[in-house]
Amino acid sequence: MFANLDFDVIRRALPYLFFEGMTFTLTLTALAALGGLVFGTALALMRLSGFKILGRVAGVYVDFMRSLPLVLVIFWFYFLVPYIGQWVTGASRPISVGAFASSLITFIMFEAAYFSEIMRAGIQSISRGQPAAASALGLTYAQTMRYVVLPQAFRNMLPVLITQTIVLFQDTSLVYVLSITDFLGAASKVAQRDGRLVEMYLFAAVVYFTISCIASFGVRRLQARIAIIR
Amino acid sequence: MIEISHVNKWYSPSFQVLTDCTTSVTKGEVVVVCGPSGSGKSTLIKCVNALEPFQSGDISVDGTKVNDPKTDLPKLRSRVGMVFQHFELFPHLKIIDNLCLAQQKVLDRSRDKAMAKGMQLLERVGLKEQAQKYPANLSGGQQQRVAIARALAMDPIVMLFDEPTSALDPEMVSEVLDVMVDLAHEGMTMMVVTHEMGFARKVANRVIFMDRGEIVEDAAKEDFFGKPRSDRAQKFLSKILSH
Ligand SMILES: Nc1ncnc2c1ncn2[C@@H]1O[C@H](COP(=O)(O)OP(=O)(O)OP(=O)(O)O)[C@@H](O)[C@H]1O
Ligand SMILES: [Mg+2]
Repeated sequence: MFANLDFDVIRRALPYLFFEGMTFTLTLTALAALGGLVFGTALALMRLSGFKILGRVAGVYVDFMRSLPLVLVIFWFYFLVPYIGQWVTGASRPISVGAFASSLITFIMFEAAYFSEIMRAGIQSISRGQPAAASALGLTYAQTMRYVVLPQAFRNMLPVLITQTIVLFQDTSLVYVLSITDFLGAASKVAQRDGRLVEMYLFAAVVYFTISCIASFGVRRLQARIAIIR
Repeated sequence: MIEISHVNKWYSPSFQVLTDCTTSVTKGEVVVVCGPSGSGKSTLIKCVNALEPFQSGDISVDGTKVNDPKTDLPKLRSRVGMVFQHFELFPHLKIIDNLCLAQQKVLDRSRDKAMAKGMQLLERVGLKEQAQKYPANLSGGQQQRVAIARALAMDPIVMLFDEPTSALDPEMVSEVLDVMVDLAHEGMTMMVVTHEMGFARKVANRVIFMDRGEIVEDAAKEDFFGKPRSDRAQKFLSKILSH
């Protein structure tokens, strides 16, 4: 079966695969992780704020996002955003949102649900004495969160956050439903064009696997270091 | 300096943790609070800087009512130093940054000024060399001395201590007590929850004995150690001194 495989097709497609495809994938991963972390932290703070309504709103949001398959969210969001935009701005026609913007917003909103649970666990892992000490020094609630609680929660949860980001990195390949040229999209375009499906999909698998593996290895080293600091 | 009058606090409708507590600490006075475990000492001292709310009664610090909703609590707390049983240094910050954080964010001091003040206080507690380390790399006694320095960096008008030495290994107790004794001799107003009766004998002006949420005994040091009026305080004293 492997006798008549042509691996040279990969070599020829490398610039396209990486400069277009992988660049998109990594950009989307990084921006979605960053946005998801910020939005997710906000959700976590809402849930822990002690204001019942805020907490409920955040809780419902998180549960809702976590009970939907990501690919459906991407799909529906892409079709709905123009109409939501129209409704919000009161425009006469649906607003056109590019596939990149649409997928980025989707991933941020979706990942926020997961990041918020991680940050919530991180915040709760910090002993009550820490915010008490910060308040006793005269720091306000916001300052206590900003300078004392969140940095520690983030540091303690960094391995889990990165692990979630690795999952996100793999999940970004689902943007294929919007026919976007991410890494997998690029690989599959070449595969279709040259009729080299096995080679290209094999190569794509190896690349995803390698990057995820290296990142996981980094996480384990990081965990060991954090354990020492604590 | 601190006025506590008729304070009652419930953790739940059926559990009253403080019952009609009334006492005061005047400027320059050192008051030691002691009593059995669970008697409400920590709760009382935390009410003073409003870390714990209470349902009735009044507490005022330097004339400012802490239970008045209009009181600017962060501002009030910045003038009341507090030292905790478990140090509560910020583990993600270097020692010097532990001392600078609130100076910069609460008192709006410049970085240079905060650093200078911080280094001066570290020197005072004998830890100048540790400035660039992280709390985890210091012994318990050293951490507690840093915690005292951190509180002093805010130029507090009164200091609260909640069992500052009870989480320490025995050989580290005295290094922390020495710092506190110096502070007392300099005229700092202090309210100290502790079972270190040696410290109380040396620097306390008054001793308060609490049991089951009540202030049972509130007496000048000489009277307290001479002959406590209540049975409960007598029993407690004989138990603690026989150790
Ligand atoms: N957040 C809380 N919720 C409910 N009960 C509490 C809470 N904090 C403390 N208590 C209870 O209130 C009582 C008094 O607690 P407090 O910590 O003030 O005692 P303490 O005199 O400082 O004791 P210790 O010597 O053990 O520190 C205890 O019975 C304790 O279990
Ligand atoms: Mg206590």
